[in-house]
Amino acid sequence: MESIAMTRQMLDGDKMIVNMGPSHPTTHGTLRIVLELQGETIAKATPEMGYLHRGVEKLGESLSYQQFIPLTDRLNYCSAIMNNVGYACAVEKLLGIEIPKRAQQIRVLVSELARVADHIVCIGVNAVDIGAFTAFLYLFKQRETVYDLFEMAAGQRLHTSFTRIGGLFRDIPEGFVPATERFLVECTEAIDEMERLLTRNPIWHDRTKGIGVISAEDAVNWGYTGPCLRAAGVPQDLRKAQPYLGYETYDFDIPVGTTGDVFDRYLVRAEEMRQSLRIIRQVLDRLEPGPVNVDDPKIALPSKEKVYTRMESLIHHFKLIMHGMDMPVGEVYSATEAANGELGFYIVSDGGKNPYRIRVRPPCLPIFSSFEDQVKGGLIADAVAVLGAMNIIAGELDR
Amino acid sequence: MIIEHIDAQLPGAVTDRHDFRGDQTIVIAKETFLPVVDLLHREGFQMLVDITAVDWPERPESQGIGRFDVVYHWLNLASQERLRVKVALADGEAMPTLATQFKTANWFEREVFDLFGIRFEGHPDMRRLLTWDDFQGHALRKDFPLDGGDVFCMEGCTAPYNNGERN
Repeated sequence: MESIAMTRQMLDGDKMIVNMGPSHPTTHGTLRIVLELQGETIAKATPEMGYLHRGVEKLGESLSYQQFIPLTDRLNYCSAIMNNVGYACAVEKLLGIEIPKRAQQIRVLVSELARVADHIVCIGVNAVDIGAFTAFLYLFKQRETVYDLFEMAAGQRLHTSFTRIGGLFRDIPEGFVPATERFLVECTEAIDEMERLLTRNPIWHDRTKGIGVISAEDAVNWGYTGPCLRAAGVPQDLRKAQPYLGYETYDFDIPVGTTGDVFDRYLVRAEEMRQSLRIIRQVLDRLEPGPVNVDDPKIALPSKEKVYTRMESLIHHFKLIMHGMDMPVGEVYSATEAANGELGFYIVSDGGKNPYRIRVRPPCLPIFSSFEDQVKGGLIADAVAVLGAMNIIAGELDR
Repeated sequence: MIIEHIDAQLPGAVTDRHDFRGDQTIVIAKETFLPVVDLLHREGFQMLVDITAVDWPERPESQGIGRFDVVYHWLNLASQERLRVKVALADGEAMPTLATQFKTANWFEREVFDLFGIRFEGHPDMRRLLTWDDFQGHALRKDFPLDGGDVFCMEGCTAPYNNGERN
């Protein structure tokens, strides 16, 4: 018996290889991390990705600008509507158009709802992974409400495809605003409940404080954006720094952490949820009536009623579907603050119906690339905590 | 503003520029790339937001313009200024890596290598990122078929793991 043990030790140098994923409850989608362990300590972690690679960028080159919208749903599927908004903003920048006020306000409204839902998933699941199950249950009720609201607005819970180039799929229905008002009250209570369960919980502190610490310089160098960057102490939020959709007119704060560890990321996300609710409150107060699509038949589809009754509208409808929009030749990069960070779309147009090249800059790819750096020398249980706090969404990571 | 600084300190480096919809873009030659990056870094462009490439197979290589554009996006966190840097590259030519200066470049460059087949000289770990190691071709090249071609032809493939080392 002793000799066998000796040989094993000589062969692999006392190291144990553990595959975390591709289908592991904490990987949230399909990604794999090959861990080299020395006892419980991580000596090496090799992230492996691409299990969910669908070639979205390649597909985009053969789809029209409007047809690409459903593919954006499948990037970060926890907050699909924000990807819709980000993509529509990019194409509108390329076209050089501005959408109506009401469409902007509704986009902000649904984006912030999606941000709350996304942070709920992130915090809730992070807590479950670490072993705190209760907070997850309180939060997921609210996430369900957000998806109910999306269903009211877009007819879909997850893959919303809510935006169109130049506006929205449709106006929000009657009953949406009162339901959102109710949600604001209930969600604030749920966040309070969650904070009572976690923020001063000594076990939660033990598991999250000092884990995944990153300095502000390192975070910038790694290309961190979003809550992870802000937790490291960099107050960078595109909603404030490079406002779009009229974010400069809303009153909200950017929470910033100090150490960048898992606990700070949790605190930043929790406060961001409250700030998002604040923005939603302001949108509801100022929501003005009006159209939700640009008044340009070469960009937005005419209403069905007009298509059936008016010759011009029928022609516009046909032209738009068959030949697409008249796109200028050029290239734009447009970034929006998605739940995970800077979601960028780089579109190169050669003037054709389809984009010549469409690039999605996923916020969690640079964050995930620092994974080995973050967990090396730590314990295997900490790797789970770090992975959860990074909020890696495989659909967005692999595209 | 940053473009004037580059012009003043590295005259002749910027071969072309345009400002479409407020996006500042400069085109530079591969030879002047690293000095320009150093200058950008000193000027506060500390966040490398994105690296990608665009394939232009029709572009005449005979006239000295390469087939690929490697596209870098920088962000200055202090002034919130963005800059796009484009470098034209011929098929088979390699770019100098930025992985030592910007850690985020590591995976972005691997992705560009994976999908376009552009190599980055000096990269610590030049492997494919999204597709598997035995994948044939580079998916985002314009001559790569949309349906993927015969990618599942596993002839001559090696096992993905070979004593913990990939080859």
